[in-house]
Amino acid sequence: MKPRLIVSRQMPDDVGARIRAEFDCPFPNGQDLDAETTLRLLRDTKADALLLTSHLKLTAEVIAALPDHVKIAATCSVGFDHIDLAAAKARGLPITNTPEVLNECTADLAFMLMLNAARRGHEYETVMRRGWRQGMGMGEMLGIRVWGKTLGILGLGGIGRAMAARARGFGMKIVYCNRTRLAPELELGATWYPKFEDMLPHCDFLSLHAPSGAGTKGIINAETLALLPKGAVFVNAARGALVDEDALIAALQSGHLAAAGLDVFLNEPAFDLRFAELPNVSLSPHMGSATHETRKAMGDRAIDNILAVLAGKPAIDPLWS
Amino acid sequence: MTKPTLLVTRRLPAAVEARALHDYDARLNHDDTPTTPAGILAASAGCDAILCCTSDRLDAATIAALPASVRVISTFSVGTDHIDLAAAAARGIPVCNTPDVLTEATAELSMLLILAAARRAGEGERMIRAKAWGGWAPTQLMGAQVSGKRLGIFGMGRIGQSLARMARGFQMEVHYRNRSRLAADIEQGAIYHDNDDSFLAASQVLALNAPGGAATRHWLNAERIAKLPHGAIVTNAARGTLVDDAALIAALRSGQVGFAGLDVFEGEPALNPEYLTLENAVLLPHLGSATTETRDAMGHLALDGVDAVLAGRKPSAQVG
Repeated sequence: MKPRLIVSRQMPDDVGARIRAEFDCPFPNGQDLDAETTLRLLRDTKADALLLTSHLKLTAEVIAALPDHVKIAATCSVGFDHIDLAAAKARGLPITNTPEVLNECTADLAFMLMLNAARRGHEYETVMRRGWRQGMGMGEMLGIRVWGKTLGILGLGGIGRAMAARARGFGMKIVYCNRTRLAPELELGATWYPKFEDMLPHCDFLSLHAPSGAGTKGIINAETLALLPKGAVFVNAARGALVDEDALIAALQSGHLAAAGLDVFLNEPAFDLRFAELPNVSLSPHMGSATHETRKAMGDRAIDNILAVLAGKPAIDPLWS
Repeated sequence: MTKPTLLVTRRLPAAVEARALHDYDARLNHDDTPTTPAGILAASAGCDAILCCTSDRLDAATIAALPASVRVISTFSVGTDHIDLAAAAARGIPVCNTPDVLTEATAELSMLLILAAARRAGEGERMIRAKAWGGWAPTQLMGAQVSGKRLGIFGMGRIGQSLARMARGFQMEVHYRNRSRLAADIEQGAIYHDNDDSFLAASQVLALNAPGGAATRHWLNAERIAKLPHGAIVTNAARGTLVDDAALIAALRSGQVGFAGLDVFEGEPALNPEYLTLENAVLLPHLGSATTETRDAMGHLALDGVDAVLAGRKPSAQVG
């Protein structure tokens, strides 16, 4: 008999096909379920496992209401801000995420935002969508060349290192800020700064690749932005909570920052609409992992975690121990 | 000593105009008014040198009619299609250009086109700007992964080689089609194809970086597009004439080409309006070299050419 699964969010077709093959699941491709409906379906189907994404908040209350036959909750995401891990641990409920598999795609997107912001892609695409029909002078609407510049990376983890690898192909010098210095084979010549403030004056470009948490909340603010050289370009494909958005908007309006590329916002999807009015930003709707290849890999990783736990084996990516 | 007189036909970056004014009795085009051959002839009376752009037309008749005082023409561009080089040679007027300095800016724009097309940047940006974002979803705006794919570069000159170096940072496997195979130290492991069929079959991402002209006109046509893997990504940061627009537009509609990123167009700026109806095309208005660093470097190199010829030295970049 196949294990029973509830999927709380719509999944890509190829992930749905695997769920259909390996589980007894009423909506193998997922439905967009709220907490109440999820709990009811888990009870009604005597489900063994829950596959969720960040739209479903696993609060202490929801976790307490989970029926005992649910043996694992696997989130199809790297982030787990939506899950009360302490409550899950207290109850002994394994929780897993899908790390690593989205490193390359997220770095691809962050690099795209960096190029697009520096080269004024949004402004130029607007010219095109209006039909072009205008010549541009040789000194008009110029962007910033990325090649050969210095890139500062906050958080040289898996995604940060993938970003650095791409930047090296652009002849960029890499500086980074981490709590601890990395081994030379991971650092690959990048210059370490233990203090974020000390790194900032060296950054023509600054890209965030750190998780959000008490130590990083609002780390981009009026004081830190002022330490960047005038005309720097800022990129955030990590977490919106890292940024004081009032300060960021002010720096973009004053020209202290030449441009920014943003994939994440403090409030999503109800992002600060002032961003939509700024010409010198490149905006994308939290799509760092949005490729067919990576979303399939994330679904597979979540399913592999569920199958491991249901088979009595340790989870591959446990979020508490 | 009086300064030599220099005609600058179009508006140039501020740093370049400042140098021109410092070193020359420079005649600038403050309003950036487009030129005509007659206007250039009138403005060049008594000039020692002309600094022109690709939008100026210096055909045989115009060059033949230039005043005898003109001793050098320097163009703010790599291309010299707008200058009749034979006519300049017949007059004994050297022609200088600005090669090499736009290699990296153009290559990085090619990489931007690849990423922006594959990752549906235009659609995402339009969704956000329209304030129509309903929230994150596992299947929203799914694009194609770029890193790790096979990249086919058509035209492995300096820009193609620079793009290959950038693509390696994305773990892409680089294939290329060129008139001849490059030396191993330049090839850096890129895979050479001596025929279109195997090259096209390998190209999950196809980047056009070849020169224009009759030999490559409409190289990317329906027949060749059909030989690409289904859903391939196509970019063009070279010359609009390389592409048969009707064939590419049809392929973008059918899905044979999944995404396109285009910086150049046949007949630009009057591009084929069908492109504007496509969501899966990222469109930019020929900005390969449009960075401050690059345009300044182009201007300085063009002025270097004028300086050298007027001082009786050989310029570093001379085409005719």
